[in-house]
Amino acid sequence: MLEIGDLNAWYGESHVLHGAAFQVNEGEVVTLLGRNGAGKTTTMKSIMGLVPHREGTIRFNGRELIGLSSEAIARSGVAFCPEERGIFGSLSVTENLLLPPVVAPGGLDIDTIYALFPNLKERARTAQGTKLSGGEQQMLAIARILRTGAKMLLLDEPTEGLAPVIVQQIGRTIREIKARGFTVLLVEQNFRFAATVADRHYVMEHGRVVDMIPNHLLEASMDKLHEYLGV
Amino acid sequence: MMMIFGVPAPLLFGQLMLGLINGAFYAMLSLGLAIIFGMLNIINFAHGALFMMGAFAAWMLLNYAGIGYFPALILSPIIIGIFGIVLERVMISRLYKLDHLYGLLLTFGLALVIEGLFRNYYGSSGMPYEIPHVLQGATNLGFMFLPIYRAWVVVAALVVCLATWAVIEKTFLGARLRAATENAPLVRAFGVNVPRMITLTYGAGVGLAAFAGVLAAPIYSVNPNMGDNFINTVFAVVVIGGMGSIMGSIITGFGLGVIEGLTKVFYPQASATVVFLVMVIVLLFLPRGLFGKTA
Amino acid sequence: MSVSTAVRPISVARPGLFGFTRAQAIAFLVMLGLVVVLPYVLYPIFLMRVLCAALFACAFNLMIGYVGLLSFGHAAFYGMGAYLAAWAMKQWHLDAIVCIGIGGATGAILGLCLGYLAIRRSGIYFAMITLALAQMVYFFCVEAPFTGGEDGIQQVPRGHAFGFISLNNDMNMYWLTAAIFLAGFLLIHRIIHSPFGQVLKAIRENEPRATSLGYRTNDYKLIAFVLSTGLSGIAGATTAIVFGIATLDGVHYSRSGEVVLTTLLGGLGTVFGPVVGAVLTTSMENYLAQFGDWVTVTQGSIFVVCVLAFRRGIVGEIAALLKLSL
Repeated sequence: MLEIGDLNAWYGESHVLHGAAFQVNEGEVVTLLGRNGAGKTTTMKSIMGLVPHREGTIRFNGRELIGLSSEAIARSGVAFCPEERGIFGSLSVTENLLLPPVVAPGGLDIDTIYALFPNLKERARTAQGTKLSGGEQQMLAIARILRTGAKMLLLDEPTEGLAPVIVQQIGRTIREIKARGFTVLLVEQNFRFAATVADRHYVMEHGRVVDMIPNHLLEASMDKLHEYLGV
Repeated sequence: MMMIFGVPAPLLFGQLMLGLINGAFYAMLSLGLAIIFGMLNIINFAHGALFMMGAFAAWMLLNYAGIGYFPALILSPIIIGIFGIVLERVMISRLYKLDHLYGLLLTFGLALVIEGLFRNYYGSSGMPYEIPHVLQGATNLGFMFLPIYRAWVVVAALVVCLATWAVIEKTFLGARLRAATENAPLVRAFGVNVPRMITLTYGAGVGLAAFAGVLAAPIYSVNPNMGDNFINTVFAVVVIGGMGSIMGSIITGFGLGVIEGLTKVFYPQASATVVFLVMVIVLLFLPRGLFGKTA
Repeated sequence: MSVSTAVRPISVARPGLFGFTRAQAIAFLVMLGLVVVLPYVLYPIFLMRVLCAALFACAFNLMIGYVGLLSFGHAAFYGMGAYLAAWAMKQWHLDAIVCIGIGGATGAILGLCLGYLAIRRSGIYFAMITLALAQMVYFFCVEAPFTGGEDGIQQVPRGHAFGFISLNNDMNMYWLTAAIFLAGFLLIHRIIHSPFGQVLKAIRENEPRATSLGYRTNDYKLIAFVLSTGLSGIAGATTAIVFGIATLDGVHYSRSGEVVLTTLLGGLGTVFGPVVGAVLTTSMENYLAQFGDWVTVTQGSIFVVCVLAFRRGIVGEIAALLKLSL
């Protein structure tokens, strides 16, 4: 579904991605693992067209995304949940939830979303999106892109800074989403969490993809992983 | 005759009325500026000139096309709004990646060009625009004579301002505008065509200024300097209000008009400067303005 | 990209005359030569107009080019300097130097008061606040009796400099004006290349860092502002004495816009840009004055063109071409 080839990206003068390459097949949950600064978030932003200078190839369902504007990329069926969650303080919870436009048929409807995220239904009346707790905001950030009909979801560090209970909830949510046929690319530093949801793991280092570990081999590759992640 | 604070009631209420009218224009113009600033992050120095063009459009519609006041209230904002959209597409949008001061300089230059051209062509003396028949005259309220057209201006301005506020704060279109003001790239990444929204927002702000221009035409004669006379005080209003909130701009605009009007009654020498004095006081204690958002 | 660093960054002082680089020293000598020679070729009155405009622009450039703050109300300081110098000259017949000094002090004190209010904001807010404050000064001048309202203060005598040099002689007046301009120009340059100037540069490039190093950045910015407004007051005062009149035009916001245009056209943040800009805008006004409001249209058009396509200004473009700092 998603094919990245020889992806190079720059922030101004700074050359951040050096020919990253990997692929995500339909229905999979794939993670990008790596240390801070390895280029994982930059890769996600490059896919979404949020990095001004990128070269290489990003093919989504056969369509080249490099050169398209962010809104065109979103409209071709890719949705993004940023690291900072991006909940808007000047919008209410409901407004936040309904903000992303529907880009394709097949998105979840409101009732299904509220069934998946009962906390959100409770807090739906909150006037300011940022008054939610960190975990609730993360749920909201994931929930709102499920409505759009985008089949490819990019989740950037969804468990960052959250309590273990919430982390488990997010894990359940991602497995549920996968069961409903979504494809997920996940950036994570917490590889134990990643192991509970993903099919495959790519490891990034210095702006390149240096390894791919199928989930069933993750336990066996612990030493290698520790080295990559400097843990 | 009734006296209030030692001032004859008709005088007090008359000045209050004038104050409300000025306030109406301050509110409409600072609202337009606030909207444009919120989305584009530029101070639209051309706002006064576009206000003036709105009045001229109404005048031209009447004198060249026989189109009267009420249709002009709709047509003028559309025409000038389209002109604003052209300006944004051709020139202003080129500056988004640069320091926001360049936008200020560009619109300042545009204001000079527009006002200079109009002055050259139409001279500095004003041209009359008649109050539409149905709004002429005045009613006697007992404590004052209320000119109908003046009352209409205040009501129309209030309605338009509140409608604008409602669209921005209470609708989904407004939600997209607010979100784009906060984090435009993310909103784009959801699939919303933000550049187009920005263009249309500029057009809407300009249209608001033009609408104010049509309202102003029968009161102040239509002349190339009418924008100038207002816009500098409007900037003070904007600084006082803080550009952070829509309702804040409306309240500040009307409020300062009323303060100005009252000053004219009780201390006329200060009436031209009172808005600025208020600004100095506000700046001393609230550098971000009355309704400004902390960054 | 900030406005002031859109131009080539200011080079650090190298050992040399007054901290000029070689190219700058050559440019300065050329300028000096022209100042000395031109009054014998062109009308001294016109040249004095240019010199005053140049000093005003250099003073303005101090704020935008080196502190990074665009003041849209500098006319207030220029015009009030003019008014007070004219008043002092006409009422008390003081020495011209003293009157010009009074003008400078006026600019500085007013700058301190207004600057105190404005300096806490930056960028667009600073520009708008300075605009509004200057407008307040304008309205004050319209009403205040001593300014003479619409008529202004007229028939201001030239008087004497240093007690004995009669300034009624145009050439004498010219040499005094030239001396004032050169002194102001060199003073500004000295300030830039002093330790104070280095702190300003640090603030402009990374204010939070400067603050974390312990500098009270607002104080530095305010001092620079006061210097800028004081010199603007001197420029205004000199103009008043040269032309014998101080009017509302001096405090009108169009004067503020004009000095911005002059500096933008010449090159924001460059050393010689304001001077070149002043030559051009003064000449343009001179030539176009007969065509009524075409001056305004031309000024506006130049603004638009410069902002869209010519942001470095004339000197900035030349400097970029020659890879120098001018």
